[in-house]
Parts: sequence; structure tokens; C-alpha cells
Amino acid sequence: MTRQGLNLGRGVRRRHFIDKVMTAVVTGAGWVAIVFIALIFLFTFREALPIFTDPETSKEANLHEFFVKSLPGETMEQRKVWQPVGDIPKFSFIPLLLGTLKATAVGLLFACPIAVAAALFSSEFAPPKLREWIKPVVELLAGIPSVVLGFFALLVLGTWLQNMFGFTYRLNAYNAGIALGIALLPVIFTISEDGFSSVPRNYREASLAIGASKFQTAWKVVLPAALPAVFAAFVLAFGRAIGETMILLMAGGNAAITSFDLRDPLRTLSATIAAELGEVVFGDPHYSALFFMGTLLFVITFISNTIGQWVIAGMQRRMQGDL
Amino acid sequence: MSSAADYREDDTLTRRVPSRSRRRVGEAIWIGLLGTSVLLILAILFVILGDVIFNGVGHVTWEFITQSPRMGLTEGGIYPAIVGTTILVLLMTIAAVPLGVATAVYLHEYTPPETPRQAWARFRSSVGAEKNKAMRTWIMSVLAAVTRTAVANLAGVPSIVFGLFGLGFFIQFVGRGMDKAMHGGELVWGQGNLLWAALTLALLTLPTVIVATEEALRTVAPDLRAASIALGATRWETIRRIVLPGALPGILTGGILGISRGAGEVAPILFTGAAYYLPYLPERLHNQFMHLGYHVLILSTQSPDVEATKPVLYGTVFVLLVLTFLLNLAGVLLRARTRSRMRLGG
Repeated sequence: MTRQGLNLGRGVRRRHFIDKVMTAVVTGAGWVAIVFIALIFLFTFREALPIFTDPETSKEANLHEFFVKSLPGETMEQRKVWQPVGDIPKFSFIPLLLGTLKATAVGLLFACPIAVAAALFSSEFAPPKLREWIKPVVELLAGIPSVVLGFFALLVLGTWLQNMFGFTYRLNAYNAGIALGIALLPVIFTISEDGFSSVPRNYREASLAIGASKFQTAWKVVLPAALPAVFAAFVLAFGRAIGETMILLMAGGNAAITSFDLRDPLRTLSATIAAELGEVVFGDPHYSALFFMGTLLFVITFISNTIGQWVIAGMQRRMQGDL
Repeated sequence: MSSAADYREDDTLTRRVPSRSRRRVGEAIWIGLLGTSVLLILAILFVILGDVIFNGVGHVTWEFITQSPRMGLTEGGIYPAIVGTTILVLLMTIAAVPLGVATAVYLHEYTPPETPRQAWARFRSSVGAEKNKAMRTWIMSVLAAVTRTAVANLAGVPSIVFGLFGLGFFIQFVGRGMDKAMHGGELVWGQGNLLWAALTLALLTLPTVIVATEEALRTVAPDLRAASIALGATRWETIRRIVLPGALPGILTGGILGISRGAGEVAPILFTGAAYYLPYLPERLHNQFMHLGYHVLILSTQSPDVEATKPVLYGTVFVLLVLTFLLNLAGVLLRARTRSRMRLGG
């Protein structure tokens, strides 16, 4: 009522009206992110739903078929088969899950040590001038589109690795995993570097003051204090690796075989969606199975992201409390 | 009960510590190893770039970037792919940047700065008329926290899932719905096209824009806002005239970085409109399009003769890298400049 009390003119009332409208508009926009997260899940899952509701679809594609069912056969390779096109389609997710896990494991094993070591160096030992160079360079690496990394692994890296180690197949889990690892390097580096930098200065000063060397301080004080951030970096990188598509589609060899051997070609869940969705019949059990895979990827990455952010937030709170 | 044996054990412990100079050498080696991993990352970057530049730059001629592909993609240029990528990126920017900036403005300017926990504590300790206000603050801070989590999770959704979503939502739901309502079931919008691909990509770049814009808004001094409000400006006027201009460089940076990410993504457009080969350029929003990244995928996986397509392939990768890197570099440099200016200006 103050507005009338002050006897404000029409212009002012108009300005306040605009302010109200813009508040509504901006608040609405703020909700879009939430709405779309929900929509992404709903609409991916909606196309996968016939697996549970439609009797025709669920006869061929169902959870038992995906995860449990074994065909008669001597080896794992014959028992668990992904062969969605044919007279009797076979929908076992096991070879694809195995391919995803193999590539992810190699990628993480390749990227984690390098990225964490580089982050520790950049945060604790690099002179400020050098540090200002390292970060943009890592960002450039992050800026390489994954299709280019896939192309590089397919045409160049695969041949190099084969010549070096004498692999039977040029495209295998090592090749795909290392290419994937290159994409993970910037993710792990950035998050753990932020973690190391957020360790309060007085931790370091206290350690140096009681006679520890710079290396001892970095290794025994900074690294343990920032361990949650490093863990979060691994978890977020895991989420990225599970969902990465183009690199694995191109560098993995595209063979959905159930094999624990890292020297065999592989096919991941993501690559399967990318390779097969273009040719699938709309509404087919195969179509629903691919969308179910997408839902699975969404859920796995959603969980790992939530864990990662939760750990980072907890660490930030603790570090700020300590300051 | 300290026996002689215990004492001796302590003694060995102290003796195991190496001399200071030997410790220094050991540490220098460790630090060297850490530094080597930085070098390794640099080496990986330069090997990839070097390979693409070395094999690609020779093939990028005027004809290559102004002509259509010929002879089953083994000859001719990539003009339609360049045009398609450019239009796609422009459309994506038009959709993503305003929405992203608005979301960031909401998060930073319209929600309370307290965390839900702090707001709840204040609500518990407040009395009387304050109680209502504190309650509202708490609700707002919870909404902000939920939105932030949603944004962060949106950033982590795999790009192929965005592609599935684009197909399931934009094409099957919205597009088919539009066709039924306006075109009597004829297929116009119910298939992959520029618009759906651009909107799918816009969703993917949204988190990058939001996070960067929020960071930029944080750099605008609170005093400026207070001064503007004190002079009688409304909240929106303050944001439009004071906050947004001040945060503009940061917003541009975020926009550019987001766009460069979107320009290189292929998985989301696989099923939402990218075409293998088109004899014409896209003219309408419901046309399909060629795309540099998709072209790279097609050339390197679908080619019957790998050696014959290699030059075109390297040329295409080179052009794609130049495009994304120029955008990226512009973003990184712009940000570095803004940051150093802020440090100086205080």
C-alpha cells in the first residue's frame, strides 16, 4: 500500500509491473532445467515402457532376457548373446555391459594416475606462470570433440598399439580405453586441481613450519585433505566414461561378444544405441530395448553424478569452515 | 615397561630416516615424475593436433570448403557440412543462451544466498512476523538448491541419452503431435530436422552457459546492486542496466565455450536430423542437414575404401577442429582477460 501512499505516477507503476513480469519470466526459466531433467527421464523411459506393459513386446524383450537368460552353449560367448535382428532375436545385455566395463576400467586406469599427478604438480609445485599455461592447455584438450578422439583412435592409435604390442585385433579394449582415458584426463584434472587449490593455506604453512619439505606437505597434507575431491573426480569421470559414445563407437571394434579379454574388440551400451537406433523399426521390441539401455545409462550417470557432487559440496563446506 | 628391545626398535626407526640430501634427491625425482605427467598430457594434445594438422592442412583448399562431396564422398568438398554445422550452431545458440542466462540470473539474483540449512536455522530461531519471511526464504533456498542439482545433473547426462530424448520427445511427441494437428498426419515435423537437432543440442549446452553466467554474476560487486536499488531502480532495472552489462564478458565466455562444445557433439544429432549426404542445402527448419562431426563419423566408419577417403577425412577433421578450437580459444582468452582485469580493478 506504500505505493498509493507515496502517490507514485503511472511511469513508476509501469516499471514495477515490468519488474513483476520479469520476476515471473526469470523464475520460470530457472525451472526449465528441473523440468527437462524430469522430461529426459520420462520420455526415455516412456519409449522403453512397452517392455513392462505391452505383452507382445515383453515376450521377446524383458528384464530376464536382458540380464539373466543363458542360451545353451559351451562358452560364455555362446550363452550370452546380443543379436537383436534375426528370426529369434537375442537380447542379452551382458556382452554390452561387459564391453562398457572393460573400456571404462582401462580408461580410468589410464587417466586417473596421470591426471591426479598433473593436478598435484600444477597446484603445489608449478610456478604461477607455468600454472597459468597448464590450465588452458588442459581445457583445449577438453575442447577436442569426442568424434575427433574416436577418429584418432580408429585411424592412428589403434595401429600404433597393434604394432607395439602385437594385438590380434587392431580395435580392442586397450585402444578404446586409452582413447576414452584421453577424454577423461581433463575431467579428473580440473576437479582434483580445484580440490588441491581449495585446501586452506594454513594447512601448508603449519606443515612447512614444523619442518616438512614441500613434497612432504603436498603428499602427506594436501593430498589427504583433498582426497574427497579426488574421489569425486573419479566418480564423475566414471559417469562420463559410462555415457561416452562416439569414441567407443569408433574405436571399440563394434563386436558385441561376451569376453573378459581386453585384447578382444568390444561394443558398449552407448555405442549399441548409436549404431542400431538409426535402423530399428519404430515400436519394435528392439526399439524398446535400446531405449531401456538409454534409461539405464541415465540412471547410472545420475547416481554417480549425485554422489560426486555431494562429496564435493561436503568437502567445500569443511574447507570453508576451517578457514 | 620399556625394555631394551623396545628402545632398540625406536632407534632403528630413527635411523631409517635418510639423510637430508638423500631425501632431497628422492623428492626431486617424485616431483619430476609429477611434472612428467603434465608433459604427458601436453604430448597427447600435441600428437593429436599435430597428426590432424600434418595430414589435414594440405587438403584444405578453396574447392574443399566451397564444393559438395562427389564420387561417393571420396572427392569434392564439404561445403554442405560446413553450412549445416553453422546453421545448427546458430539455432542452438539462439535457444540456449537466453534460457541459460535467465536461469543463472534466477539462481543468483532471485534466490537467497543462504544454503537451505542456514535458512532453516534462521527460521527456527526467528519469532513473530519474522517467522513468515524466514519460511519463505527457506523455501526459496530449497528451490535454488534443487535447481542447482538439476543443472549439475543435466551436465552429466550422457550425450547419447540427449539423442534418445530428442527422438522420443521432440520428434515422436512434439513433432508427431504437430503433424497430427496441423498437417493431417503427413510427415513434416515428425522426423529429424534442423530445429529438433538444435533444440536437443541447446539442452546439452545449457548447463555450461548457466554455470559460466552464474560465475560471471558473482563477480559483479554487491555494492553496485545496493547503490542501484538505493537510487530507486527496481530489481529488474538493476539487473538489466547494472548487473548484466558488468557480467557480459563472463557471459560471453560461457556462451562461447558452450557453443564450442555443442558444435563438436555428434551423438545427440545422430537420430534428430543429421543426414549422410544431401544434394541441397537446408532452407527450412524442418529440413535435414549435413554436419562436420557426423561427416567424420560416416567417412571413418562407413567408407568401403578407407585409403581413398583418408584425405577428405583428415581435411574434414581439420576444419572441425579449427572451428571448435577458434571458439574455444576465444572463450579461454576472453575469460583470462576478464579475470586479470578483475584482479587489477579489485
